[in-house]
Amino acid sequence: MKFGIVVFPGSNCDEDALHAARDLFGQEADYLWHKDTDLKGADVLILPGGFAHGDYLRTGAMARFSPIMAPVRAFAERGGPVLGICNGFQILLESGLLPGAMLRNRSLKYRCEHVHVRVEQNDTPFSSAASVGQVLRIPIGHGEGNYFAPSDMLERIETNRQVILRYTDAAGRLDDHSNPNGSVNAIAAICNEQRNVVGMMPHPERACEALLGGVDGRVIFESILRAVERPALQVAGRSR
Amino acid sequence: MRARVFVTLKPSVFDPQGKVIADALHSLGYDGVADVRQGKYFELELSAADAATARTLAAEVADKVLANPVIESYRIEVD
Repeated sequence: MKFGIVVFPGSNCDEDALHAARDLFGQEADYLWHKDTDLKGADVLILPGGFAHGDYLRTGAMARFSPIMAPVRAFAERGGPVLGICNGFQILLESGLLPGAMLRNRSLKYRCEHVHVRVEQNDTPFSSAASVGQVLRIPIGHGEGNYFAPSDMLERIETNRQVILRYTDAAGRLDDHSNPNGSVNAIAAICNEQRNVVGMMPHPERACEALLGGVDGRVIFESILRAVERPALQVAGRSR
Repeated sequence: MRARVFVTLKPSVFDPQGKVIADALHSLGYDGVADVRQGKYFELELSAADAATARTLAAEVADKVLANPVIESYRIEVD
């Protein structure tokens, strides 16, 4: 399978994502520049972390106008798996590919640390190798990760089981101290209604090697490999 | 023509910056300040023949770029 890593001016986790996909999981992987208009045959897309276009107006606000986003949207609409990590998540929100928006962290501080997140759903291409209830220890690094959705939208997200990860303590219990940014319902990751587009604030690509302090992020990549191998979720890879 | 666009968080959305500023004002003794909401202010210099055209253009820019409708609303003044 082939990973496409979308690079915006200001992306800074693109190399980490490529390294994880290619060097750690042995998959083909290539960068897709934001001005490109074709996805180079990618089977899965990652929108990496960083500060796309500088994030001067709002995080992710300008990136949705990049030419690459038209084919990204079309890929997502025909069921292709798309993962937005951190700034990539913010871009997917601003693009309307995921519901909701990000606010400044309630502490107003940039938080850069390991956090615990509990897997809520494993029927997405990015969580299928995990068990529901499994607690992952993965780093975050963001100033605007305070996920917000208006109450009716939030209700729909919860009813549709679109929350994929929640911030918890190490034992998987919800408590306010374990919520690093004030996200509503402790939401750390969500998917779209079709479940093929996932956005997450934690950085799995930074948690794939023991040398970097933990390997809990591997399960996200293992899920991708499993999803693309499994016919039921192989919509995008085969449809082109 | 000039348009002024005021972008603010919707009343239902928590404003962490506004909260901190309100707390700071209280610590300075401004107990009469009940609450603070922080927003963004844009001045747009527009090539538009009349106020109505300017307003339409400013509203399009605000809808598409300046404000995120999920969390923000905006108000436009034209002169």
